[in-house]
Parts: sequence; C-alpha cells; structure tokens
Amino acid sequence: MVSASCLSGYSTYASFPSKAVPANPVSDLPSSLDLGNCFLLAPPTYMGPPPVSTNQAYSQYAQGDIQNGPPPMDHSMAQPPVCQPYSHGAMNLSGPHPSYPQQYGVQPSMQQMTNQMSGMQVGSGPLTSAGPGYAPSLQSVLPTPLQPLPPIHKLLTQCLVPPPSLPLPVSLQPPNLTMMALLPLNNNLSPPPPPPPSQPFPSSSPYSGPPPSSQPRAPAVSRQQSFPPGPPPPVQQTFPNSAPPPVSQALYSGPPPSSQPGPFPPTFASPAQYPAAQPPSQPGPPHFHSGPPPQCPMPPPSMSQQQANPLPPGPMQQPPQPGMHGGYPTQQNGAFGQPRGPQPGYAGPQYPGQQNYGAVPAPTPAPTQKRLDPDSIPSPQASELPAVQKFRHRIDPDAIPSPIQVIEDDRANKSSEPFTTGVKGQTPPLVTTNFQVKDQGNASPRFVRCTAYNIPCTADMAKQSQVPLAAVIKPLAMLPPDETRPYMVDHGEAGPIRCNRCKAYMCPYMQFIEGGRRFQCGFCSCVTDVPPHYFQHLDHTGKRVDCCDRPELSLGSYEFVATVDYCKNNKLPQPPSFIFFIDVSYNAVKSGMVNIVCQELKTLLDYLPRENPEADSVVRVGFVTYNKVLHFYNVKSSLAQPQMMVVSDVSDMFLPLLDGFLVNVNDSRMVIESLLDQIPEMFADTRETETVFGPVIQAGLEALKAADCAGKLFLFHSSLPIAEAPGKLKNREDKKLVGTDKEKSLFQPQSGFYSNLSKECVAQGCCVDLFLFPNQYVDVATLGVVPVSTGGSVYKYTYFQAEMDRERFLNDLRRDVQKPMGFDAVMRVRTSTGIRATDFFGSFFMSNTTDVELAGLDCDKTVTVEFRHDDKLSEDTGALMQCAVLYTSCSGQRRLRVHNMAVNCCSQLADLYRNCETDTIINFFSKYAYRSLLNTPTKTVRDTLVNQCAQILACYRKNCASPSSAGQLILPECMKLLPVYLNCVLKSDVLQPGADVSVDDRAYLRQLLSCMDVSESHVFFYPRLLPLVKLDGGSLPMAVRNSEERLSKGGVYLLETGLYLFLWVGANAQQELLSNIFGTPTFSQIDPNMTSLPELDNPFSQRLREIIDSFRSQRSRYMKLMVVKQEDKAELIFKHFLCEDKSASGGASYVDFLCHMHKEIRQLLS
Amino acid sequence: MATFPEFIAQNEERDGVRFSWNVWPSSRLEATRMVVPVASLITPLKERPDLPPIQYEPVLCSRVTCRAVLNPLCQVDYRAKLWACNFCYQRNQFPPTYAGISDVNQPAELLPQFSTIEYVVQRGPLMPLVFLYVVDTCMEDEDLQALKESLQMSLSLLPPTALVGLITFGRMIQVHELGCEGISKSYVFRGTKDLNAKQLQEMLGLTKPTAAQAGRGPQAPQAPLSNRFLQPVQKIDMNLTDLLGELQRDPWPVTQGKRPLRSLGSAMSIAVGLLECTFPNTGARIMTFIGGPATQGPGMVVGDELKAPIRSWHDIEKDNAKFMKKGTKHYEALASRASTNGHIIDIYACALDQTGLLEMKCCSNHTGGYMVMADSFTTSLFKQTFQRVFTKDVSGAFKMAFAGTLEIKTSREIKISGAIGPCVSLNAKGPCVSENEIGTGGTSQWKICGLDHNTTLAVYFEVVNQHNAPIPQGGRGAVQYVTQYQHSSGQKRIRVTTTYFLKAHYSFSFVPQFMFHLRRSPFLQVFNNSPDESSYYRHQFMRQDLTQSLIMIQPILYAYSFNGPPEPVLLDSSSILPDRILLMDTFFQILIYHGETVSQWRKAGYQELPEYENFRHLLQAPVDDAQEILHSRFPMPRYIDTEHGGSQARFLLSKVNPSQTHNNMYAWGQESGAPILTDDVSLQVFMDHLKKLAVSSAA
Repeated sequence: MVSASCLSGYSTYASFPSKAVPANPVSDLPSSLDLGNCFLLAPPTYMGPPPVSTNQAYSQYAQGDIQNGPPPMDHSMAQPPVCQPYSHGAMNLSGPHPSYPQQYGVQPSMQQMTNQMSGMQVGSGPLTSAGPGYAPSLQSVLPTPLQPLPPIHKLLTQCLVPPPSLPLPVSLQPPNLTMMALLPLNNNLSPPPPPPPSQPFPSSSPYSGPPPSSQPRAPAVSRQQSFPPGPPPPVQQTFPNSAPPPVSQALYSGPPPSSQPGPFPPTFASPAQYPAAQPPSQPGPPHFHSGPPPQCPMPPPSMSQQQANPLPPGPMQQPPQPGMHGGYPTQQNGAFGQPRGPQPGYAGPQYPGQQNYGAVPAPTPAPTQKRLDPDSIPSPQASELPAVQKFRHRIDPDAIPSPIQVIEDDRANKSSEPFTTGVKGQTPPLVTTNFQVKDQGNASPRFVRCTAYNIPCTADMAKQSQVPLAAVIKPLAMLPPDETRPYMVDHGEAGPIRCNRCKAYMCPYMQFIEGGRRFQCGFCSCVTDVPPHYFQHLDHTGKRVDCCDRPELSLGSYEFVATVDYCKNNKLPQPPSFIFFIDVSYNAVKSGMVNIVCQELKTLLDYLPRENPEADSVVRVGFVTYNKVLHFYNVKSSLAQPQMMVVSDVSDMFLPLLDGFLVNVNDSRMVIESLLDQIPEMFADTRETETVFGPVIQAGLEALKAADCAGKLFLFHSSLPIAEAPGKLKNREDKKLVGTDKEKSLFQPQSGFYSNLSKECVAQGCCVDLFLFPNQYVDVATLGVVPVSTGGSVYKYTYFQAEMDRERFLNDLRRDVQKPMGFDAVMRVRTSTGIRATDFFGSFFMSNTTDVELAGLDCDKTVTVEFRHDDKLSEDTGALMQCAVLYTSCSGQRRLRVHNMAVNCCSQLADLYRNCETDTIINFFSKYAYRSLLNTPTKTVRDTLVNQCAQILACYRKNCASPSSAGQLILPECMKLLPVYLNCVLKSDVLQPGADVSVDDRAYLRQLLSCMDVSESHVFFYPRLLPLVKLDGGSLPMAVRNSEERLSKGGVYLLETGLYLFLWVGANAQQELLSNIFGTPTFSQIDPNMTSLPELDNPFSQRLREIIDSFRSQRSRYMKLMVVKQEDKAELIFKHFLCEDKSASGGASYVDFLCHMHKEIRQLLS
Repeated sequence: MATFPEFIAQNEERDGVRFSWNVWPSSRLEATRMVVPVASLITPLKERPDLPPIQYEPVLCSRVTCRAVLNPLCQVDYRAKLWACNFCYQRNQFPPTYAGISDVNQPAELLPQFSTIEYVVQRGPLMPLVFLYVVDTCMEDEDLQALKESLQMSLSLLPPTALVGLITFGRMIQVHELGCEGISKSYVFRGTKDLNAKQLQEMLGLTKPTAAQAGRGPQAPQAPLSNRFLQPVQKIDMNLTDLLGELQRDPWPVTQGKRPLRSLGSAMSIAVGLLECTFPNTGARIMTFIGGPATQGPGMVVGDELKAPIRSWHDIEKDNAKFMKKGTKHYEALASRASTNGHIIDIYACALDQTGLLEMKCCSNHTGGYMVMADSFTTSLFKQTFQRVFTKDVSGAFKMAFAGTLEIKTSREIKISGAIGPCVSLNAKGPCVSENEIGTGGTSQWKICGLDHNTTLAVYFEVVNQHNAPIPQGGRGAVQYVTQYQHSSGQKRIRVTTTYFLKAHYSFSFVPQFMFHLRRSPFLQVFNNSPDESSYYRHQFMRQDLTQSLIMIQPILYAYSFNGPPEPVLLDSSSILPDRILLMDTFFQILIYHGETVSQWRKAGYQELPEYENFRHLLQAPVDDAQEILHSRFPMPRYIDTEHGGSQARFLLSKVNPSQTHNNMYAWGQESGAPILTDDVSLQVFMDHLKKLAVSSAA
C-alpha cells in the first residue's frame, strides 16, 4: 500500500525531470527523518497554540515551525549585514536565536505533519486556524529578536550593540538565517484525507488511496519504533489538551488565544515579543540557520554547538530535547534507516519520522509518546476518525514555509516606519506590505526592485550561487499620494550635465573634486569639468553646499528637462495623438463591442491625459473603423457631418486624408459625437466577417508619420485577420503540439511581418494597445507582436458579452486612455564598472544591445534588466546603476527620467542570500522562462527553472548553512518561499497548461507577464485568498494559503489573482453572511452569474465592496468579479488558482514540490 | 437627275458619305496610278431630322459571311418573295413578316430615297446613360469653383434616369459613394498604383454584373441598374450637388518649387475600371477634368519638381522625355480597355501649361471622346464647350450616341484597307478586308464608343480587280455602312447606308493649294506648338467632316470694308489691308483683325458718333458672323479680337500665304497688303516647284 501511495505521490512529480521516484524509497525515508529533525528544531513553542483549536493548531504549527525557525535567525543575521560590525553581533544574534530552536519547536513540524494529515481533512473548515497558527509561530520566532522592529537606522547605529539589534532585523535583514527545514520527500505521497469528518474537500482525496495500505504496512511499526517517542502524540496532546507543554504555552500564551480566533495578525505581535524575551535563553537555534554560521565566526560557543551537533538544539532547547531525540534517532539511527529499507513506501517511515519530529518539538515528550498512536495524532476531531484514514502519511502543509506568514510578518514589521532609501544594500519591504518611501538617494522600490541588494563581488561567486542579478524597473510608476513625484530639474540650454565618457547623468554618486570644479563619475571614474553655470562650492565633507537643494544630487529619482538635442531630428516634439481603430465586422458588432466603444468614447475623450489638470489635453484624436477595409473619418471642426473615407487597397496602406483626421477634441466635438453616434448604426447590418490587422497598424503609423508626432493606437479587434492583406494570418492552432518540441512554435509569430512593422512603429513612436474580443482562435502570439514591441498592452475579452464584460472592458479602457505615459521613449541602463546590463525583459524593442526603445511607456510598464559581471566588484564601492528614460510627455515635452540605485557588493555568499528578494527573483525567473518558451521546448524550460533554483538552494546549503544531515532541507530565510513560488510558476498555464487552456490564453499570459512589476507577478502566481470574516474595521482579514484545505464550507472567500476576483461561497455558509453579502440567506438563490455585488445597506456589504474596489484600484487591469458557489461547475476555475494544491493539469502540490526540490538539492549536494 | 456635283452634294447631305473618287477605277493597276487613294469620308450619324427611325429590324443576307442588309440596290423578286444580295449575290427569302410585299407595297428599305435608313432594335433592355465625372482637385480655388459650377449645372442637363458618378483626385483618388445620408462616404485609393478591374471590384465591394443581364431577351425593362457609385440623377441630384459644392482643393501640402501631386493616370484607370466592372458593353462617358499634368503614379508625364519642365517637341526629338513612353503606354492600355467596353473618355484640360494630352490623346481618339483644351475652367471656351456636349436635337435627344460599331460591306471588286478616325478595330476579318492597311486596317468592323452628328471617319478602299479582268462597264461597286449604336434614349439602333460609285470626273485644281496649307498646318508642323497642342489639333482633325477639315487646313478669310459687302478673300498676306476688317476662321480660332486704318478709327471712337453709324455697323458685322460660328461649333473656338500691330495678330500672320515678305523686293514697301516676316516659302514658290516636279522626268 505504502509503495502505492508513494507512487501516486510521485506521480505529481512525474513532470520533473530529475525525479526518479521509484529509485530510492529508502533514501527518501532518511530525508524525511532529517526533516523531522529540522522540524524539531523549529518551534516547540508553537505547540502551545495548536492545542487551542485542534485544527488551527495544526496549521499554526506547520507554518510556525518552518517560518519561525528561520525568520528569527534571519532577522538577526540580517541586521548584521547592514552594519559590518554586526557580523559578530549577528553571530551572537544567531546565538540568541537559540530561542528559535524552541520555536523550531519544530515540534510543530512533526505535529504539523501529523496534524495536517488530520487537519487537512478536518480542517477544511478550520483553515483559518491554520493561518493563525502560522502567524504565531513566526512571530514567536522572529518576534523575540525583532519585536522592537527598530527602524533600520537604529539597527545600524546600534549595530554594535549586538543583542538589541538582533531583534530589529526580524524579517528585514536577517534573511539568511532562515533555514527551512524539512521535509520528507516521501511524505507527500501518503497523506490521505484522513479527516473524513470534514469531507468537504474532495481534493484531499487524492491521497485517500494510500491510506488503507499504510496502516497494514510494517512501516507504521517502524515509525512507531523509531519515533514513537512521541512527537506525534505530543501534538495531539497539545491540541486536545491545550495544556501542551507549558513552555510553549508560555511562549505563545499570548498568541494561542489570538490564533484561535482566526485573526492571525494579532497573534503575531504577541509572539514576536515572546521571542524577544527568549532570545537569551536559547542559543541553540542558530544551528539551523546555516546562514548565520558562516557570517559569524564570533559566536564560538554557538558555533561549536552547532557544528558539533546539528542536534545541539536539543541541548539548547528544553522542549526540543524530546524532539531531538526523536529527530536524531531518525537521522542517525540505523534503525530508522532499516525500517525504511524494508519499507519501500517512504510514506510509512517518513511519516512516522516526521510525526515524531513534530512530536519531538513538543515540549512535552511524554504526551507525545503516548500519542504515538498515529491515529491520535491529528486534531481531536481527527482522532475520532477511523484509524485507517488517519494513517496516511503526509507532510504537514503547515510545517512548510507559508507565504502568508512571510507576508504578514513583513507587513507587521515594516509597514509602520517609512522605508528610507539612503542606505545601500537594504532589502525593501515586500510588495504586499504597505509602506511609505523616503527617497534619500536611491530610487524607491516602487521604481526599482532588485533580486539582490548585496551582489557578489565576482562572477565566480555569482555563478556559484546562481542567484540572478536583476532589477525590475518601472520607470514611470505612479506613486501614492503621500509621496512626491520625481522633481523636475532644468540644467538650461546645454542640457543635463553628464559624465563626459559614459554619459551618465548627474546624480548623487558623482564625486565633486578640486573644490567643486570637476566631478568624478561614480560609474566610470572619468573626471569631467563642471560647467560654470553649475559650479558650486564644496563643504568640509566634500559635498556641494547646494547638495540638498538639488534633486539630482540628493535623490534617487528625478527628471531632467531635455533639450532639443534629445529630440528626433533635432526638433521639439509635437504633442502625441491617440487614434482609435474599431473593428466593425460582424462579430464585433454583434457582441456589442462597437456600440460600447462608441458610447464610451464620447465621454472618455474628455479624460485624455494632460499634465495640467486645469487645462485641456493637447492630445489629438483620430478615428478609423475597419473590417477588411479601413474607414477613415474626417472630423474637421468645420464640417457639418463627418466624412468617411474608405481605403480598400489594404495591400499598400496609406493615409487618405491629412486635414481633419487628427483633431482636437474640443474643436471637433460636435462632429465627433455625430460620428460616434452613427458608427453603430452604419454597421448594424454588416455581414462582413473578415478582418485585416496589419494594415490597421500601418494606417495608424502612416497617420502619425504624416502628423509628425508620436502617439498611441487603440485597436478594438475581434477575429483572426484572414482577409487578403499584409499580415494575413491562418488558423494554426494545434493543440497536438502542446508538450512536444514544436510547442514553442505556438508562441512564435506566424511571420516576420509584424516584427518588421513594429520596428517602424517604434521608430515613429507609435505605441499600439490591442483590445481583443475573440470568439475563437485569433493568434494572440502574432497579433501581440506589435503591442509588445511598442510598449503597448494587450487586453483580451474572450467570448465578450456586452452585459457580462462591459464593466471590465470599460474600466480597462478608461484606465488605458487616461493613464500617464510617455512616448517615443528610450531607456538606457548604465552601471558602474564590473557589471553591466546584459538582458532585458518587457514590452519594448531593441535595435542594439543597450538601448531599450519604447514607442510608449505607461505607468504600469515594467522593464526587467539582468546584470552580469564583466569584472570584479569592490565591497568598498558597491555597485551603481542608473536608469535613464528619455521620453515625450503627454503634453509634448521632452524629458529624461533618471533612477539611481546603489547596492552593496559582498564577498560572502551568505550576504547575498541574506539580502535578496524572492518575489523579485520569481519575477525575473518567470519572465526568463516565459521568454525561453519561444525558443526552447517547454519541458526544458521547466527543468532549467527547477535546476537553477535547486542550485541556488544547494549553494546556500553547501556554503551558508551549518553542516547537518543531508536529509535536512535548509532554506535561506529570504528564499524560503522560493519553492512554493517557483512551483506556482511551473504550474502556471503558460508552462503547464490544462486541457482547457487555449493556445491564445497562453500566449496572452506570456506576453502579459513580460511587463509585470513584482507586485503584479506576485499576486499572479500566488493569488490572495481572503476569508471574509469580520470585515469591520479598516484592516483586511488575514489571507489564508491557497489551498482547498483552507476553505471552510461555512465561509465565504475572496480570491484575487490580479486578473480576476472570485467570491467563493461555501455550501454551508452562514445565512447571515449570505444575507449580508447577497441579500439572500439561501445558498441556492445566489446567482452565480452576477458580476457585481448588490449594494446592500449593511456594514459588511459596504466593507466588502470597499475591499473589492480597493483591490481593483491597485491593479492595472480591472478584475472581473466571479461568484463561485461551492461544488458548482465554475469551482474548477476557482480551484485552478489554489496553487498550493495539486493542479488538474498535473502540477504538483506545494508539499510534493518541496519534496522534489529537496531531492534535487540533495542530488546536487551529493 | 441632277448634275454630277449635285449628286455628290446630295450624297453627302443624305448619306454623310463623300468619296475621294466617285469614279471607279476599273482595276488595281488603275487605282494605284491614281495616287490619291479611293476613300470615303463617312459621318455615320449625320443629322437627319427628316429620317424617321424604323421600328423593326433589318433583314439580313442569310450567308453567314455576308450578313448584308437589304437595301435599295438589291434585286427583288416580288413574286417569289426573294431578294438577291447585291454584295454576295446570295438569294434570300423574305421573312414571314414581309409576306405582303409587292411592287407597290415596298418596305422603306427598298425605296431609293432610303439609301440611308435607321432601324430601332426592339430587343434588349433600355440601357441607362452613364456619366462618370473624374475631377482634378489640384487647381486654384477660382478654377475649381468654376468647374464645380459647370458640373453642377451639367446635372440639370442630364436625363433624370442617367446614372452619374463622381471620382475626385489629387494626391489621392476618391471614389464617392452617392446617396449616403449623414456621413458622406468615399473610397480612397493612392495615386501611385494601378489597379485592374478585378482588384478594383473587390476594393469597391462591387458584385459582378450577373451573367443573366447580358443575355436577357426582349423583356420588360429591368429595374435600372445602379450601384453605390453610379446612381440616377433624379435620385441623388441634391446629394451630388452638395458633394460637388463641398469639394475642396487637394489638402495635401505642396512645398515650394513643386507641382502638386496629381494622380491623374490612376484616377482614369479607376474610372475605367469602375465602369468596366459595372457597365461593360454599355454606353458610358468618363468625363475627365484636369487642371494640370499627371505628376505621380502610372501615366505621369512630368515629375513634381518645377525645375524640370514638361517635355517639348524638342525633348521628344532628342529622346529626352523620360515619362512619355511609359505614360503613353498607360493611357493606351486604358483606351483599349474603355473602348472594348464601349466607354468614352473625354478630356477637358484647362491649364496654361501642358497637361499631357500628347500621352493621353489615345484615350479620346480611340473612344470617340472629346478633347478640349483651354487655359482655364473659368473661360467661356470651356464653359460653353462643356455645355454644348449636352445639346439636344429637335426630338429632345442628346446628339451624342454611345457604344457604336461601324461595319462596312463591299461588293467583290473592292476591299477595305482601313479607317482613320475615332475608332478602334474590332478585328473582324472577312473576304472584304484588304491586306494593305491604311489607318486602322485588317478589319471590316470598328468600334466607335462615342459618336455625334459630326463624327466622321475616313475609310480607305482597294480595288482588287486585276488589270486583265476589269470591272465590266456599268457595274456598280457598292458599299454598305452599318452603324449600330446606343441612342441617348437607351435604344439600340442600326443605321444602314448603302451607296455606289458613278462614273464622273473631278477637279483636282484645289489640291495643290490645300497641300500647301496642309504642309504649314499644325497637323504636320509642330514648330511653335507644344506636343499637347499638336495632339489636340490632330484629334479634332481626325474626326471632323470634309468642310470642317478643310477649314482646319486652309482657314477661311472674309474681308469687311466700306468697299462692298463682305467677301471671301485669299488667304494671303496681300489680303491684309489697312481699311479692311478681316475675319479668319481656323476652326480652332475665330479671329477678327482690324486693319491699321480701321483700328485707328476705332481707337478714335468714331463708332460712338452717330454720324459714323456705318462704321459701327462695319465693326459689328464680323462680330456677328463670328458669334454665329462660335455658337454652332464644337468645341467652341477661341475668339480673338485684334488689330494691326496687335500681338494676337500673329495668329493671322502665321496662316496667310506669305506672298509678301521682307524677301520679295517687288512687294516690299507697297501699299497693298502687309509683308510677313518669314522665310517660309510662299504658295507661288511652292507651285513653281510643283510644276517643275510635275514635268520633270526624274524621280
């Protein structure tokens, strides 16, 4: 049975290349054991919480363990990096971490494992509890050190004072320490959905298969033998009893209660504090953190301990001991191994092992032992369940790093104080955290986010670590109202002052010398004379006395007024134009699109972008309709009626009129309105089904050429352009290619026509935005070429229906028309000697290797830049980057926006791992992978991704983590979410499409991602799932992890994917809840087709709609709301976004994938 | 019977036929000795208000290769109800409808006075007239305004059922959709590209004319054919008037030193294509109004750089006209397409400089279209001429006819060498077609897309009898001209003229004089004429009847003086006297020249004085006569009023025989006439030389 289960578990991995599932079940076992150990280390303290609510407890444990363990470590570590002196301190910190070990309490892990098993089933309902559990754990761990959360500055200043500092860094700096421990590859397989009681989640069922077998198996015995010690029992005990280990309770005491209620956040706070208190007591934990060790040689004691014994934690931690024993044994014990041997099914052995571990952590070993009985392990409820079911082996999802926990920690720790950019090398708060930025010389993270803020000094290091060095730049990002937009600097007629050699623009990194008469470039070191009009004396520190008055000398981001030298043909630019191209073929008319667009434009034209809100926009507009011919309109103000000019010679497009095509809206308002009124009528009876596409863009291009201006084309298009014309396409959709080496051809454009066309567009500054309304295959891969190359966007409304999709389309359109943007832009990234920008991702065109040309650049567009070493970097000077974007504003002014960014350089790998940002890395990886699809078979792309991540983690493990059993999965704190996020990337529709995902959808998403910023890519890959409980108050409920297990049948959840909003309604949702939201207490009466919630006069409804609105306002695209009733057909779509679960298309569950990664890493290490 | 000259005159008056020789050379050898070819001028639609159209169809010879029409020259056996074809001698049965035929009951076509007769074909639908305006917008506002007014005016002259269309062009070409409400629509084409009919049809979204329409029998007239671009005047009168009123100058900027980009060649191509795919083989007029040369695209005749002037005869001789060949080829192709479908192309070119008539001439020449050249659309020359296109005959029908074909049948003794005139060959080979081609030969049928009452063709014959088998005395060679055309009423009509030769003599006494003037005429001389002017003159020359042609060759000069009534005088410098007023009609110009004394009197204002009323009358007389001509002629001649020493007097001086020049001493300084400053030979010298040649044995 076990083996069977194993297989099934692996099956998920099947996709992974390296997996040799059947290969070594035995080996797997060990790993699991090791994991167990790790867990042990984790948060025993947590044990406490679990007890409260069994279900919750589980979840808490799991998460808590994992995160807790690492976070604290990291934090402490992190700080040190900031201030060099710390290093020792850091060590010390690590020392202090000992507390962590407790936290590690790891026990939870064991428990979690088991718990989850039970919990899973039980829990669907209790999901929330899981959340809480999480929080607390983290907090507990981190908090101790961090609690204070002193601002970074403080940290710096305080650095010397080791102890205090530690706490601060909590999440921020200490990242490296975070080591995740964990888990058992094997486990994955087994765990069936034991908790029959909570059957609601069928998903868990997959495991169901194995359960029966597991029981009978010998393995069980073995586990018991080895582990019996108790880990599992303790857990259970704790839960049921709530009594759990006093210790843990003590720690949590605060948290537990809070956790139970559900609101995780609160728990955090308290836990955090706890840890702080504990720090001194627990030196042990450091072990875990491989991170710290390397950095701090100082803390000999801890070090020694660590080194000497991975176990040390045991000694350190009171509670751990039990766990320790358990854990150790598993690792070292031959016995363990033996059992494994015999038991092919890792599941068996592992499970027990894990459970044990979990138990181990639990402070009270005794109980755990008692609990040995697997059945008893789960939550109280679970325990009631038939033994058989409980038997399933599984890693406790709560025991593995939780994105929610990380997000919440970051939010708790970093949102209170403004993030100041003055300090080189610090990692900014996560994108999910609300924070204010103060520009002190580096670009705000809203403009620039880096994968690593400490970059390796040498190419070798970089190569060894495999951590990508990249920056995600959003040059024209919108800032929140409380942050000032970049100041405008005018250096006069001569233009911005620049380095003579590398042409870098004046910035805070320029060093003024010789009394201010010259300056030395921070990028290339060349010395340039200061022009007389710019001269200023230096103060005693060598800074110009006007330093603070000049944005370009004191800020990270600012703008220059560009002179005529920066303009095309040395002529100041004309204001841009917007041209609307409306498909009026049969499908477009029938779907209602034409009508909607025409109606909307009448009002929308009053909102064209302008810089002075008082004045009228200077953007001119033009209109064209088309099917297989184009209809241009003369809307000259002097005409009584618009004139239509049909160009049917689409083979050689040209502009049929000059005067009267592009007009000022106010001048021609009457004519335009008349036109927009008549267009729907004129084509109401059309029978033309064929459309052209290439000529449409050509027409816009010609119009802009004739008007000698840049601009944007808005194309509203419905179908595959099969009419005879340049750029004609054929239907080449062939799903049979999916999964083959030819799959890549589906992402490639059909012909070179559109790429050539986009070159011309870029040269003219012609940006193309495409709104698609397809009813069938339209070849997005090809149609999107021009938009993607010109900095435009593609919006797709498949099966567009006026009633259903109107709001989404109109909101997208409104935003697209109104949003601030630049035209005819060129972006150049300069770097200091030693690294250079080598690769670029996004919506743009490049005709050489350095200039990123963007016909249009709006406030949502992001360019990701990869850097590579071409020389050594110095730790003293760090590395500099300057991104300059030359563009034409919507009022026709030529400007230069400059973003500067300085990062540290490190010679220790640990520094790298401690100062990187997983969300950004994922952003980079996904873009890289998505682009690779064009030239590489999908399978290879996926393998490459997994490989690189495995290498990153293996490198950390090898170089930064304390030596420990190979079976231990140790993750850097900053990257502990790498596996879960990576798994989401791998499972995305683009890389692993389900049967219902069309080729167009994939192409669309592929292109969409290419210019996403980190915040968008984050929610895209890991959607936000909010339980809708207690919406009173201004804060949001804490999110829960994206797993079906977390859904309570009795609840209602809001899921945000960045493209859609789902409102999931549990079948047993409370009537009051339903009444509040839908105005009906009856589940069956809820209309699943509603696209907006009824406006009910109750606080809950109001708040919910507020939340939805605020979510929408945060995204560049309007998210359509879909109501999903549990067990409705539509639920399948919803479930698709529960990315921690196994996906219908074969994507691995988080747990499974983590095991897979672990295996990969171990292979690399061996 | 009347005298021979009377016979000739009657022949011309009744049949519109005039032969170079009315005596029939009896053999080929004899014919070749005659030097002047045997030929006839035929005016197919010679105005015959006295001729009632016959409401039935002609009876044809049953021999497939003959198909001649029953005519007064046929021998008829009334008893047997048989008739013998006088061309092939085939004996034919009369059709059943002729059962009552007898000596005293003859059908019209057998009556001698009906040597010319017109049948109305009863079958087939009434076809609408189609007028497609092709309007240049690259011109001064003043010109455009005048043109717009003329066009708007013309709408009122069209029959209500006529279909009209509008194409405007400048840098781009717009085909206007008519009858739209609200938004006005037009299809726009770039002028640098040539489109074939099929492409155009697709681009304009036109459906092919159904095959059914072509082969329908005599059914009730179908719903009038029309499409979005060609609509009945009565329906879109207002709409089109507004549309024309809103026409603006081509909006595309013209930089200094450049000509506007004018897509004339493409515009004409589109016009031809539009009709080609909507009304093939139906009468239609494409009326092209141009204010300058084509400067881009197919058919361009000059680049847009002003510094490069349009080709002159000098350039052409030096082979330095780089656009000419290609341009000509383009227009020839258009002409061929249009004529194939029976469509007429008119060209109204109004500009001070050349507009490329040289290249475009075939469009008018091959389709029977008009070519009118004027300096501006504001001139009465254009306005009147254009208006005159729409004049009607007494029955209220347009004088213009459409889509005609001329078929000539000859008796066995003669064959057809070819024709010269506004026609194209239909390539109908047959026994009566000669191998020796003169003009458009190798066929016995020609297409004449556009005809009016004056349209005249020259047809050349060859006598085929060998010298040893001459035509027997008394044999009468016969020629039958069968002209089928679409009457402006939409009816299809067939006019048949059957004629024969008589023995007679003819005076050649005027030939040398005509030859002298012909040599000096713009038809042979290009000196002092632009290529466009030459083309224009030749175009008119090719289609006018004998009288008009002779006027063109040797202008008529009348003298007015107190010495007597107005009298024709010699076209000679000696006719230019101080006390005379001269009126010269060159066909293209009507010139009034006041002699030195007369002009001085006029300047002194004597005509204002009551006592000199006679002088006023003298001044008025030539003017009245000129007006008469101006009013009747098409195209309207240029009217010139000048006097001794006036710059415009050059037109007179260039035409008169330079009998007195600075070279003939005997005349120099004498009071009679005015010396012409030229080295051209005078008629005297020419005649002397001619006489010498005539008697010399050499050469």
